[in-house]
Amino acid sequence: MNLEKFGVQVDDSTGTLYHIFEAPRIREIASELKENGFDYLSFVTAIDRKEFLEVVYLFINMDTSEKIFLKTRIPSDDPRIPTIADIYPGANWLEREAYDLLGVIFEGHPDLRRILLPPDYEGHPLRKDFPIHMEYEPYRSGDWLVNHQNVPPAKRKKE
Amino acid sequence: MAKFKIIEKTGVTVKLLESPHKKVNNTSRFEDFAKHIEKFPGGEVLITTVENLFAWARAKSPWDLTFGLACCAIELMHTHGPVFDAERIGAILRATPRQSDVMVVAGTVTIKMAPRLRRLYEQMADPKWVIALGSCAISGDHYRNVYSVVPGVDQIVPVDVYVPGCPPTPEGLINAFMQLAEIIDKEWKQRMGVKK
Repeated sequence: MNLEKFGVQVDDSTGTLYHIFEAPRIREIASELKENGFDYLSFVTAIDRKEFLEVVYLFINMDTSEKIFLKTRIPSDDPRIPTIADIYPGANWLEREAYDLLGVIFEGHPDLRRILLPPDYEGHPLRKDFPIHMEYEPYRSGDWLVNHQNVPPAKRKKE
Repeated sequence: MAKFKIIEKTGVTVKLLESPHKKVNNTSRFEDFAKHIEKFPGGEVLITTVENLFAWARAKSPWDLTFGLACCAIELMHTHGPVFDAERIGAILRATPRQSDVMVVAGTVTIKMAPRLRRLYEQMADPKWVIALGSCAISGDHYRNVYSVVPGVDQIVPVDVYVPGCPPTPEGLINAFMQLAEIIDKEWKQRMGVKK
């Protein structure tokens, strides 16, 4: 799979072949991969490297078992990257998880809410600057759930 | 726990369960009472206080809520499986809090689970008890300082019996049920002013 036309550089210095790309071009690359048989998005995640955040994608071609690792850097203080949830629907929850734990904002995501932590949680705990001894009052009465069900409004396609 | 005074008079056997009140223990009162009770063939008459009877029933049937949060739930399943068979001591798993007396918190409690756990506890009918199974439910253990974990379930609900271990054995949980029976027995005695 040749991705050079999208300005992708190849890096195999760590023993794994990584394709380094520019963050705003992820949608073009994902569309191209989808058209070329990469039908499975294994994961979307992020890593906090202190100076910057690294967003990692793994695309797999289920017929040929070919894998493509995609990696990009985005600034920690303004971590924005376009979403691919409409191209790969499986990215929806993966992007929500990366937002929840690392604060990566996926622009254009249909429903960017916390997925693992409670809705009133403050901060993104997998960031390196997150305090280890957090201050959070765990006691919630049962009635607290009534106002914090975290259920999205029902959206169903009319056919 | 049950001590009987057996009176056999006028053809009826009266078993008198121990009572905290001296007046009730006056057996002669019940001899007349026993006469008016219709005698079944081979039947006996049991006289006790309601408190005592209820405490006996509660201690011998700690129905617990099916509530597994982490790996300790496997031990909970073992306990109620055919090998350890907790039904011998009256513990039956129930699928709804409305029918449960005991909540066995088996596993790590997360911050997001905490209000749901509290709500299940509030839905249980009184009287109710809580067993914290495993070191995670007791104190958070090695997840204590993790961003999403409650350091001990006793911050959310009052706990009656703690079962240490990671995970505890099924014998440990059975022992907890027996401890709970003693606690229930003590509770009514304290309430009724029995000194023992």
